[in-house]
Amino acid sequence: MKHVRLVDTTLRDGMHAVSHTLTAGQMAVIAKGLDDAGVTTIEIGHGDGIGGSSRQYGFSRETDEAYFKAVSRVLTNAKWCTLLIPGIGTIEDLKVALEYGVGTVRVATHVTEADVSEQHIKFAKQAGIEAIGFLMMSHMAPVKKVVEQAKLMASYGADIIYITDSAGAMTPDEIKARISSVKSAVDQPVGFHAHNNLGLAIGNTLAALEAGASLVDGTVRGLGAGAGNSQLEVLTAVLDKMGYETGVNFYKLMDLGQELIDPIMHRPQIISNEALAIGYAGAYGSFLLHARRAAERFDVDARDILLEMGKRKAVGGQEDLIIDVAIELSKR
Amino acid sequence: MKLKAAILGPGNIGIDLMIKILKRGNLELVMMAGIDPDSLGLKMAAERGIKTTTEAIHGILKEGNIDIVFDATGAKAHTMHAPMLKEAGIFAIDLTPAAVGPYCIPSVNMVTDSKVDNVNMVTCGGQATIPIVAAINSVTPVKYAEIVATLSSKSAGPGTRQNIDEFTETTAAALAKVGGAKQSKALIILNPAEPPLMMRNMIYCQCDTSEFDDIVKAIKAMVTKVQQYVPGYHLKVEPYVDSDYVVVAVEVEGAGDYLPKYSGNLDIITSAAVTIAENYATRKAGGAK
Repeated sequence: MKHVRLVDTTLRDGMHAVSHTLTAGQMAVIAKGLDDAGVTTIEIGHGDGIGGSSRQYGFSRETDEAYFKAVSRVLTNAKWCTLLIPGIGTIEDLKVALEYGVGTVRVATHVTEADVSEQHIKFAKQAGIEAIGFLMMSHMAPVKKVVEQAKLMASYGADIIYITDSAGAMTPDEIKARISSVKSAVDQPVGFHAHNNLGLAIGNTLAALEAGASLVDGTVRGLGAGAGNSQLEVLTAVLDKMGYETGVNFYKLMDLGQELIDPIMHRPQIISNEALAIGYAGAYGSFLLHARRAAERFDVDARDILLEMGKRKAVGGQEDLIIDVAIELSKR
Repeated sequence: MKLKAAILGPGNIGIDLMIKILKRGNLELVMMAGIDPDSLGLKMAAERGIKTTTEAIHGILKEGNIDIVFDATGAKAHTMHAPMLKEAGIFAIDLTPAAVGPYCIPSVNMVTDSKVDNVNMVTCGGQATIPIVAAINSVTPVKYAEIVATLSSKSAGPGTRQNIDEFTETTAAALAKVGGAKQSKALIILNPAEPPLMMRNMIYCQCDTSEFDDIVKAIKAMVTKVQQYVPGYHLKVEPYVDSDYVVVAVEVEGAGDYLPKYSGNLDIITSAAVTIAENYATRKAGGAK
């Protein structure tokens, strides 16, 4: 049986969908449920990773440290994971995570900017934890460039390379081309992180596995930025039917979704018009709620803002540009 | 008599500094120092009749009779250079995040203390945003300042990329120390879009917004002040109030001296450095030493 490692990011990517309002207590209870269901890697914290709590992205309800502390106490088998985007989070921030026994750090850069991850990946390896190189907005670079950047991260010592469809903008063929090329260019296992803006999260995840990925991400109820991620309980069921072994009990995940995730959701995790605009335009998933807010303030259509953000080739983290775009659209 | 200056580090910043110093003509640029004989910066300096050395700091110290050194190497290197320059009695302008000496933002805290022999230029993001934070803080205390600097990938050299943590940490520290914010945070984003975008800085200041009219006046006056040494500095998003925050964005169009106009991040820090050197020269001429 073919094994797939499932990485849960309900408590990190899902934070975007709840505007980073989860309490440390809520996180701990959900993390424990995931652990009980057999998930072995659980990513937690602000949606933009350590140091992400800000006016630009939204302040999280509690500090990074409070989340780390609460979750680290309740896990039995699973290891917890943190996201670090250089330019937002720093090695100093990562040291706090190390105090609470972080097992994995995903060092994330825009798909063309892998060289800013060197310090952080090397530091993580020196500290003895798993380091994943996470290439965000992978749709914005041609295959050759993605391969070059993946090799850079591998050369810094990354244990795993991730292709990340942050905008949920890619089709299965585009995913396959990236995964298989990276897979044949590096010795490391390759992972895939999907978003559902075009309704393709599960399908693209299957395409990634077919092309050679051995780790994939999901979130319970699909909770995440934009239209959300691969819905983990659904993905687990699908993989089970296809003969993949995940070690995760999807029945327990369904219960967890109903008992713990449904009550905390701010709105149903659907492909809203704005989320579809994000996938179509190739804009960063977490722009969604910021665009909605700016649309209301400056009386324009949020979809127009998002399409324009895509046109301007905004990268992850450029939430501030939404304001400029909204003001300019309002003057047209 | 013009003071004699040397540039240490012939990368993007060093080359831009060279062109600015030659253009303005207020200092005598006597040397460009590096380590790689094939570096573009050393070649460009030689073409302009400026002495070059591949012995880095040692070449400068051997040359002697130099008043000012611009250090555009790296944070670790400057930590080694600083005591050597001090011993030689050379005024050091540090363009790395080493921050051995006090931070200096010319429009906010021009360093005029004759005992100071080493000043730090913070970061490009700091040079672009701290003036605005200081302007707001002059009207009403800034409780929290957060800035987001977006640079075109092309304009961010290996120095910036390998020191990305130092960039956010140094900028945040200077937002508090020079800008006056009680608490602070800095973020940096690199964008590879073509054509390259201009350096953009978002500034969020949490403060009492009831004196907004005075805040706007102070911001506009500050923009004019910065424009005296960085003509391409301008407001991108006019100040507005969002709950208890004043939000404003500035853009920096470069002079296009070395790298094209999108590299305003380069211009703002090199222009500030040359302004400080000229100010030092004027003070020395006035017998301040």
